[in-house]
Amino acid sequence: MEPVLLFPDPPPPELAQTLDLNGYPWKAIASERDATREEPADGWAGAIVCADNDPENAFAICRALRKRDLPLEPVLLLVSGTQLADLELRDDLYDDFCLSPFHPRELEARLKHLFWQTGRGTRPELIEYGDLMLNLETYQAAIGDEPLDLTYMEYELLKFLASHPGKVFTRETLLSRVWGYEYYGGARTVDVHVRRLRAKLGEEHAGLIQTVRSVGYRFGQSRWGV
Amino acid sequence: MERQQDYVLRTVEERGVRLIRLWFTDVLGQLKSVAISPAELENAFEEGMHFDGSAIDGFSRVQESDVLAKPEANTFELLPWDRTEDVSARMFCDILNHDGTPFEGDPRQVLKRNLDRAREKGLSFMCAPEMEFFYFRSGDPSRSLEPLDTGSYFDLTTADVASDLRKRTIHMLEAMGIPVEYSFHEDAPSQHEIDLRYTDALSMADNIMTFRLVVREIALEAGVYATFMPKPLSGVQGSGMHTHISLFEGDTNAFYEPGDPYGLSKVAYGFIAGVLHHAPGITAITNQIVNSYKRLIAGHEAPTHISWARNNRSALVRVPITKHGKESSTRIEYRAPDPACNPYLAFSLLLASGMNGIEQGLQLPPEATRNVFELTPEERAAEGMRSLPQSLSDALDAMEHSELVAEALGEHIFEWFLRNKRSEWFDYKSQVTQFELDRYLPNI
Repeated sequence: MEPVLLFPDPPPPELAQTLDLNGYPWKAIASERDATREEPADGWAGAIVCADNDPENAFAICRALRKRDLPLEPVLLLVSGTQLADLELRDDLYDDFCLSPFHPRELEARLKHLFWQTGRGTRPELIEYGDLMLNLETYQAAIGDEPLDLTYMEYELLKFLASHPGKVFTRETLLSRVWGYEYYGGARTVDVHVRRLRAKLGEEHAGLIQTVRSVGYRFGQSRWGV
Repeated sequence: MERQQDYVLRTVEERGVRLIRLWFTDVLGQLKSVAISPAELENAFEEGMHFDGSAIDGFSRVQESDVLAKPEANTFELLPWDRTEDVSARMFCDILNHDGTPFEGDPRQVLKRNLDRAREKGLSFMCAPEMEFFYFRSGDPSRSLEPLDTGSYFDLTTADVASDLRKRTIHMLEAMGIPVEYSFHEDAPSQHEIDLRYTDALSMADNIMTFRLVVREIALEAGVYATFMPKPLSGVQGSGMHTHISLFEGDTNAFYEPGDPYGLSKVAYGFIAGVLHHAPGITAITNQIVNSYKRLIAGHEAPTHISWARNNRSALVRVPITKHGKESSTRIEYRAPDPACNPYLAFSLLLASGMNGIEQGLQLPPEATRNVFELTPEERAAEGMRSLPQSLSDALDAMEHSELVAEALGEHIFEWFLRNKRSEWFDYKSQVTQFELDRYLPNI
């Protein structure tokens, strides 16, 4: 699946986390110009535009996406309760909207429905990397035919890393994107869970999660072959 | 939270789990388990499993004994043993009163409460224990203890049963997500040590409960007996649970200070001072059985007096030297606890003592540079060095006078524990021992 466009950059952390948890790839953009410049070769899968902080630019981006020869679909708009009046006469700019702050389950359901309607890629059901396989529908992970017994957080961490192979993440990023809530261990939690995951992956596959000294962690090979 | 429960429900279904064991710990640190079927799981998440706690140590109350066990989805783990027949899994539980409030007798929630207090100050408590234990041919107390080997510290014994047991234990621990740092043959015959990698104190206490079960389970499979009894053999070293402790503030180790001659921060000094100050009061919990005090004697690498030092293994608190570039591993080692303790309560009190030292700005006495065992009583007195409690009875006296302990444990556990342990001491004291017969009968 191609990434979903998010505005603004950085996007609200709860939004990023909801998308991550549901396995939607995304890319945040800061301006109308970036919406074109950063667009993946096969086009955006859709867009989620937050209009609560910067409505002017938000609507401008929606307009630009919809004025294309092939208007981008679906566009989901996040607005605050006081902005509902702004939606008037702008029905052409979005396919659906959701009140911000949003409920993650509601956003999840709306996205699922929107993608079903517009028929552009639905969420991926499987993540595969070498022998490693994650089934997002059943929460099961396996290496070859051998199932991995993971706790929930180990599974979520592995899923997050495996959906972004080659990319380096800092501990803080992982903590906010995977855990997203307070935890007894603080930032050290990430190290602890990586160790636990490596222990469970076994010696042969422990190297799938690499430590990048003084930065954080990377899953699989570096994109730059380093 | 819902997602985590969903994860557990799906995994139970996908992996054909037939039995889910709900684990919790009584006040004395014994692991308890209620098994439920997958059909009951959803209800357990929503409402908790109702059971009668009156038969569980430290759970009974006068008015009402019914409590609820509410499983914590993020501790769900498949059990790597009994795979041949029914696949089973476990989750640790919080114990609740019927109105949903935390049950006062639940050690796990005592630790959570103490961790929350530290977290309000922005600190997370990490620890790593060194688990020591013995293997014997049998656990039958009427027979004399037979070690599996006569090996000693770091010995690499060929083709010995115990090394193989240790290896299998480590495999199983790793499979359950409990990473192991080191393992080796300890000083005494048939004594072994497995050091667990540090993690947050709540997960570590859960890990210790799992660890003790795994070690004994693997031993049983091989027809031998593993024990965490602190001092099973007289004349040789006992089993301790030296605990490495550090506090983190976000990603930084709050114990580390670059300019300091010891590499320690004000927080670290305060913490050590607090732990030393409260040491007598917390010993009944870190060393909770009569036998614990047979280990805390001079000459066997166990602490006897309240002191701290950098590289002096006779001290109660040791500050290991931090390697250059490894600042984040700055830590202190508290050497009194033994593996028969209740880890939830022991960690609660270590944390509460240390935090109290930080908050009150307690002053740290000077480092003990000499071997504490070689000092005369006069020299110790001159250095202002107090001794650790000499017996369970002494330790209970000290605990009874500690407001910090009462506060950190809560009244219910504090009172129940004192009552229970006084009676254990009385039972012990009323025994006429072999020592007395051997020593006195022929001459008096």
